[in-house]
Amino acid sequence: MLSGAVGALGAVLWLGNPYFGIIAGALSGIFMASIFSIFTINFMTNQVATGLGLTIFATGLTGLAGAPLIGKTVPSLPKIEIFLLSEIPFVGEILFKQDFIAYLSIAIIIFITYFLKYSKSGIVLRAVGDDHQSAHSVGYPVKKIRWYATCFGGMCAGIGGAYIPLVLTPHWSEGMTAGRGWIALALVVFASWIPWRIIVGALIFGGITIAQLVGQSRGWPIPSQILSMMPYLATIVALTMISGRISKTNSVVPASLGKPFFDTQ
Amino acid sequence: MLKFCMRIFSLFALSASVLFFIFNSAFAGNPTKVGFVYLTTPGDHGWTYAHELGKQMVEKQFGNDVKVSVVENVPEGPDATRVIRELAKQGNEIIFTTSFGYMEPTLKVAKEFPNVKFEHITGYKRSKNVATGNIRFYEGRYIQGVVAGLMTKTNKIGYIGAYPIAEVIMGINSFAQGLRSVNKDASISVIWANTWYDPVKEADAAKVHIAEGADILAQHTDSPAMLQIAEKKGALGFGQSTDMSAFAPKAQLFASINNWGPYYIRKIEELKSGKWNTGDGPDHWAGNDWGGLKAEMLLISKFQNMPDSVAKKAQEALDGLKSGKINIFAGPLVDNTGKEIIPAGKSLDDGALWGMNYYLKGVNGKVPG
Repeated sequence: MLSGAVGALGAVLWLGNPYFGIIAGALSGIFMASIFSIFTINFMTNQVATGLGLTIFATGLTGLAGAPLIGKTVPSLPKIEIFLLSEIPFVGEILFKQDFIAYLSIAIIIFITYFLKYSKSGIVLRAVGDDHQSAHSVGYPVKKIRWYATCFGGMCAGIGGAYIPLVLTPHWSEGMTAGRGWIALALVVFASWIPWRIIVGALIFGGITIAQLVGQSRGWPIPSQILSMMPYLATIVALTMISGRISKTNSVVPASLGKPFFDTQ
Repeated sequence: MLKFCMRIFSLFALSASVLFFIFNSAFAGNPTKVGFVYLTTPGDHGWTYAHELGKQMVEKQFGNDVKVSVVENVPEGPDATRVIRELAKQGNEIIFTTSFGYMEPTLKVAKEFPNVKFEHITGYKRSKNVATGNIRFYEGRYIQGVVAGLMTKTNKIGYIGAYPIAEVIMGINSFAQGLRSVNKDASISVIWANTWYDPVKEADAAKVHIAEGADILAQHTDSPAMLQIAEKKGALGFGQSTDMSAFAPKAQLFASINNWGPYYIRKIEELKSGKWNTGDGPDHWAGNDWGGLKAEMLLISKFQNMPDSVAKKAQEALDGLKSGKINIFAGPLVDNTGKEIIPAGKSLDDGALWGMNYYLKGVNGKVPG
């Protein structure tokens, strides 16, 4: 996310148009993901350790790359009003008066749902995630497919990072995501690897985050810390429910999650 | 014979150079070695950046008479102890530790190096060779309150605080005193971010304040995010630590600027002349080197985006605080539940400010925890 943010802001400063920022953010994310891929897929390192290492590396790298951007500000992405629909009271304001990335995120979810469920490549991808040995034995290039998938994930994270300087607070400062990327991990678990549930989860997480601020402003008698805790509590509840279901049917968690693939066999 | 002459000559040259060295170090003076410990990098454009500017003033003032070492990005905790100890080992004679969380590490290392002087910024514990220094940030917030009270149309002020600690609470109360000195109908609502630095959260809090009807925003967190939101949504606000008008040219009314340079220079001069002391005495709080507008440790940027009449009132408040004519926490003071804090004729002393855990009249809600 950080590399997405710094890439996006740099591109906007350089090229002047916020839409280039989205592309630059995506490319920066892909760059980071390919570093991750080289290590975990080609050198078969431990994914968790590599991920943590990469996070720390990215914090330093973006700090260095972002140094010239400090103190500069850029025009932010405009809101796109969808003709007529945005005039609908209340609903129109919420659904049809957002910026480009907000629409894009919904489009990506729809695309992923379709891709994983109905397309042949999506089914192959799931096979690679569930049992790489079998996928390999029927002749699918496991490593190549994992490379693509990781880069796609990196691209999404990069766009997510780009959202911060492009829409929320158009400036760069070191570590400006403040660890927000980890929420994505919690969300995936919360949604139990089912794409459409991500939207529900994201809305709940985001809603609670804002609710605790509104609660403070209006003087609700709930301590703000309890509301800040809620998304994580919800994640634990979701995890418990998933593990309860595992005993009955097959797991919803990809079976080969976190396991490196050795193609020597 | 020639050999003998050579020997005499070299002995002479050697003793001359030794003499020169002693003479040089005694009279021309070795540079004073000064160490700084930063919490983040100057790239935060806020707290640490202000310290960096102070350090640059030191270098400019003393030139070759000082040798400055800086360690950036030092987390508060065991790492800080290691870094401070390393700076002391390298022969730094005075070390400035520039964040509240370095308090215990500073005291610990100070015990091991009794000949090194330590200056802990924003702390409250001292020892034989540890002094404390701070800025009266709350004075700037009084002027913010005056300007906010005159500029608000909705009479709702949105305030974003980092953590409910005395330093932040005295800022809110000082703001409230300024606000009520010109506008008795306006009130402040506070959102705690529970972080010093998280631009996205600060931006969200600003949006919530505006959605709830606030038209003037103030912050005690570090990023320019709040002002950027104010700029976008047509609200007004105040810059924090440094001038943030580049981020919000239409929204920033003025900024309170932390000016550490004069303090650093004074303390290094005291060290050089052998007059350095910790200020410790019978009154613990009086020993804290706590300068504000008068000492020019707190500066106020240009008043902008406001009518001349308001700027004039703001200037009056600034002058009044500088001359001591305005005493922000003079009695009678009542908290926002109506309880008396201090009767007329008395005023809160520094110790009472550092013990603040209540809101004064003009602030909504109550201090959490």
